[in-house]
Amino acid sequence: MYNFEYNRPASLDDALKALSSGEEVKLMAGGQTLIPTLKQRLAQPSKVVDLSGIAELKGITVEGNAVVIGAMTTHATVAASAEVKAKIPALANLAHGIGDPQVRNRGTLGGSISNNDPAADYPAALMALGATVHTNKRQLAAEDFFAGMFTTALEEDEILTKVSFPVPEKAAYAKFAQPASRYALVGVFVAKTSGGVRVAVTGAGEDGVFRVSDFEAALSKNFAASALDGITVPADGLNTDIHGAADYRAHLIGVMAKRAVQAAG
Amino acid sequence: MAISVSMTVNGKTVSGDVEARTLLVQFLREQLQLTGTHVGCDTSQCGACVVHIDGESVKSCTVLAAQVNGTSVTTIEGLANNGTLHPMQEAFREHHGLQCGFCTPGMVMSAIDLVKTHPKPDEHTIREWLEGNICRCTGYHNIVKAIKAGAEKMSAA
Amino acid sequence: MSATGIGASVRRKEDLRFLTGRGNYTDDINRPGQTHAYILRSPHAHAKINAIDISAAQAAPGVIAIFTGKDMAADALGGLPCGWQIHSRDGSPMKEPGHPALVVDRVRHVGDQVAVVIAESLGQAKDAAELIEVDYAPLPAIAHPGKALAGAAPQVWDEAPGNLCYDWIIGDEAEVDAVLKGAHHVTRIELTNNRLIPNAMEPRAAVGEYDRSTGDYTLYTTSQNPHVIRLLMGAFVLHIPEHRLRVVAPDVGGGFGSKIYHYAEEAIVTWASAKINRPIKWTAERSESFMTDAHGRDHVTTAQLAMDKDGKFLAFKVDTIANMGAYLSTFAPCVPTYLYATLLAGVYKTPKIFANVRAVFTHTVPVDAYRGAGRPEATYLVERIVSQAAREMGLDQAELRRRNFIKREEFPYQTPVALVYDSGDPAGCLDKALKLADYAGFEARRKEAAARGKYRGIGFSTYVEACGIAPSAVVGSLGARAGLYECGQVRVHPTGSVTVFTGTHSHGQGHETTFAQLVSDKLGIPIENVDVVHGDTAKVPFGMGTYGSRSLAVGGVAIDRAMDKVIAKAKKIAAHLLEAAEADIVFENGEFSVAGTDRKKAFGEISLAAYVPHNYPITELEPGLEETAFFDPLNFSYPGGAHLCEVEIDPDTGVTEVVKFTAVDDFGRVINPMIVEGQVHGGLAQGIGQALLEACVYDEDGQLITGSFMDYTMPRADNLPNFSLDTHNVPAPDNPLGVKGCGEVGAIGSPPAVINAIIDALSPLGITAISMPATPPKVWQAIRSARPSVAAE
Repeated sequence: MYNFEYNRPASLDDALKALSSGEEVKLMAGGQTLIPTLKQRLAQPSKVVDLSGIAELKGITVEGNAVVIGAMTTHATVAASAEVKAKIPALANLAHGIGDPQVRNRGTLGGSISNNDPAADYPAALMALGATVHTNKRQLAAEDFFAGMFTTALEEDEILTKVSFPVPEKAAYAKFAQPASRYALVGVFVAKTSGGVRVAVTGAGEDGVFRVSDFEAALSKNFAASALDGITVPADGLNTDIHGAADYRAHLIGVMAKRAVQAAG
Repeated sequence: MAISVSMTVNGKTVSGDVEARTLLVQFLREQLQLTGTHVGCDTSQCGACVVHIDGESVKSCTVLAAQVNGTSVTTIEGLANNGTLHPMQEAFREHHGLQCGFCTPGMVMSAIDLVKTHPKPDEHTIREWLEGNICRCTGYHNIVKAIKAGAEKMSAA
Repeated sequence: MSATGIGASVRRKEDLRFLTGRGNYTDDINRPGQTHAYILRSPHAHAKINAIDISAAQAAPGVIAIFTGKDMAADALGGLPCGWQIHSRDGSPMKEPGHPALVVDRVRHVGDQVAVVIAESLGQAKDAAELIEVDYAPLPAIAHPGKALAGAAPQVWDEAPGNLCYDWIIGDEAEVDAVLKGAHHVTRIELTNNRLIPNAMEPRAAVGEYDRSTGDYTLYTTSQNPHVIRLLMGAFVLHIPEHRLRVVAPDVGGGFGSKIYHYAEEAIVTWASAKINRPIKWTAERSESFMTDAHGRDHVTTAQLAMDKDGKFLAFKVDTIANMGAYLSTFAPCVPTYLYATLLAGVYKTPKIFANVRAVFTHTVPVDAYRGAGRPEATYLVERIVSQAAREMGLDQAELRRRNFIKREEFPYQTPVALVYDSGDPAGCLDKALKLADYAGFEARRKEAAARGKYRGIGFSTYVEACGIAPSAVVGSLGARAGLYECGQVRVHPTGSVTVFTGTHSHGQGHETTFAQLVSDKLGIPIENVDVVHGDTAKVPFGMGTYGSRSLAVGGVAIDRAMDKVIAKAKKIAAHLLEAAEADIVFENGEFSVAGTDRKKAFGEISLAAYVPHNYPITELEPGLEETAFFDPLNFSYPGGAHLCEVEIDPDTGVTEVVKFTAVDDFGRVINPMIVEGQVHGGLAQGIGQALLEACVYDEDGQLITGSFMDYTMPRADNLPNFSLDTHNVPAPDNPLGVKGCGEVGAIGSPPAVINAIIDALSPLGITAISMPATPPKVWQAIRSARPSVAAE
């Protein structure tokens, strides 16, 4: 990797200062994507700002009817959290399925969604649960936060601080892993919320996470796997690669959605 | 642009100057000569480099040495106690859970972390846990057996 | 049987260092003054190099030297040699283009070596490499072997028109054609044997060091055969005589064939260490391993099997195109010929066999032996076509096989394709496997799975393989440019402990334990008193290394022969000390005694006398107790067995789960059952990996799509079942120890068992074929095409 300057601020203010201290400054959360990217020399930041020293970015709390998770909370912490397991077990389950145990011990919620890898798991949860993303300067609905593959609404002087997940009536996440990378080839998060059923898909779309309105309408009427019989997702706009063509991914979206509905109970 | 780092490695305080880009595994292997931690890939998947940072298993190829400043690191070299193998090491030997030995340090370090949360893991749990550790020699059959036995011994100890 | 002797599952002596982080792998070695090399590689599958500008890179911080192909050419160095010459059917030798360690003006695969940057640190070397400007003129490329022979295909070499390396045959085509024409039934098959990337967990590495005071070179390298590297690199590339070149292969983290070959980086660091007068280390990153380690398999085959009305095999005709890649790797040409076509009889009495193998050049990494090498390709073909034949003939899979098996009493058996199988019992292995797998209960399990919405199938593979490579005279007549004997040296120390030096190399196989067991058992000394040394040309007299499941079958016998010599000499010493006739001395349990008396001497007393010859037959016998033996086998070794795979397929996703895998193998005499089982486990994982998960994919332009673990699916713990193993051992009469190889059988026997199981599961849908790897989308697509209503839901 190219060399860079390393900075580990202890407060959000210091992090913001570091972020605006030059061109090509990169924030590092758990580093589980950034460090491999640097190793491949695919990025050349002048400075890396390590957010792991900022206590206020970590932790899980229940606030009203929402679970609020700090951006620097690791996947392992979310997976093991009694609060998350009690309120949104689907989210704990999703976190438990990210990467592998060692990646889960370092990787964070904030890092994952800021990167917005089209095959990452968390974006599906945020979209399906109707989560709100908090930054140092504003709040964004998940829909407005994700802006296509590896792109988010985050501005250059903005740091993600926490995500607020409304507690659904029921929810589940079903993932079909790409066999080599173990990222989602297709991941479907289904949530039954007070505002209706929301279904979000990751892994399959060329532009990252998306919702399936036909599924949502059917499931809002009848929250059962059988409600999805006969409803197909078009292959247009889905990825094709050596691990699965678009038509296979389209088919898997239906299969995984049904499995998620069944798992949600 | 050298950064001074200081940490506890296998119970001993160590310090050194590193570049910002120095990975923990490079610091361990090249500066501390702890070559038991291996590098088997460049995409953070194979797990040959797994060590513990403050008791949690991590991939030392995907952590900067600078990030580990002030922590306590345990490597494969730090497990045996005065020549007595750790129960997990002993179980790998007893059940032929290694062949070429290259993935072994990471396997053992990962397995010990599993037992922290799953004192009596079943086969399915072990196989799932090993998602981040690739072995090309053993077909995992004996690794799974060894981890099961090692966990029992650790829990009994 | 003693607790540490032959037949005991002795825990491995080598494990202590591996488990405590004290293994010593090549990248762990650091020499004083060491520098670091980074190899600049071609991003193109095929391109002409117009110019290379290194000036900016040379000025970069930390750079010591940069060399290109022109520098190596200026030193009149040779190219990487090929160790086996095949002749085409017209008698002409194979096309053998040059293989420079650093290319001069043309690159022929992604990853081809263009320049080496040597710097104080690896980071500096990589920084500098980015400053090298290579002016490439990209050219069209060909990657797929099946398309390489087409007239319009891009040409890899001017001297190999049509990309043909050789056009080789075995058998009588006219005879086989005549039988096919008149046969009751002919089963036809087309298949590919998917290209694989070996991916030993330790990436290749090399450290070169030159000693200016003596003029000696040392190379530390990740090799399965250091003496072979010394010979190839010294004699053919760098022109360094053996006594000036030491090659050390310390602990090596897996090989599976990929570390047999002499690679460019070994020559580069050794040569350049003298140029800069400092040691140089090179270690592959995994992504480099993907594009430079020799790959495996990559065959495209059509075949026909003729049968009479009872299903008796009459003739077998095979047409195979085998990919060599861009250059000929060390053993590449023999893999799809003598390691492949000679096994096409399988375990059956097919009387007439003809095979035509055309080897082709493509713009891909060289292809060479990977675990099994040729024999998995043959077994996959034979067992697929036999299973298909049984379905077409309406016969039970076991029944058709039984009708054609070579019976136990028919061994030794001369096949129509050159080999003489010394022993085996295919029917015995199958019967045992059927019981162990509860074949009788399979249909009930199939029904139960169907009730859960799963397709369940069972697949057969009954195989034999030829290993213990190899009789030198035989392989020499077939084109090998080396002998394939092995060397063992047994050094008895004055106090009776023993050091064994073997020319084989252990990179996971546990030789330090197995060979120590041989010695402990035969010399009657504690296993702790035996050390096994390997992997250093400065210590071991000679050796051909480890591949082709040869270490015990060839190397073990050499050690055994050396022990015979030790015992013979020790008996003379004992006779003298015990004042008896040599013929009356009996050696048993570590003691030399006079037959019929209680007069005896312990092994240690004899060894002490040999080194302290105060009372010694000095006029007839030299002091010392150290013997060397070379063993050249008279035949290959023929392990075989029956593998049964049971799968369940989820029609919704196309996922195949191996729910049960049963293997009953014949290993002859087993020295350490624990180690043998471990070898089978590992081979099965690689075979199941080939069948379900692994595929090296190049795109049409020759770019490697599966260039990392992110896209090349390595088998993980959750992809595999626990294996159900047993043995049905028939001692090998042609091997002095009675042993057969065990390292490759898992990878040889299992792939057809898995694929046959999938086809069996899906045969109710009318599916008769599926290619490797049977990935979920492929299986789903097959189901959807066969029965659109099932998969559309």
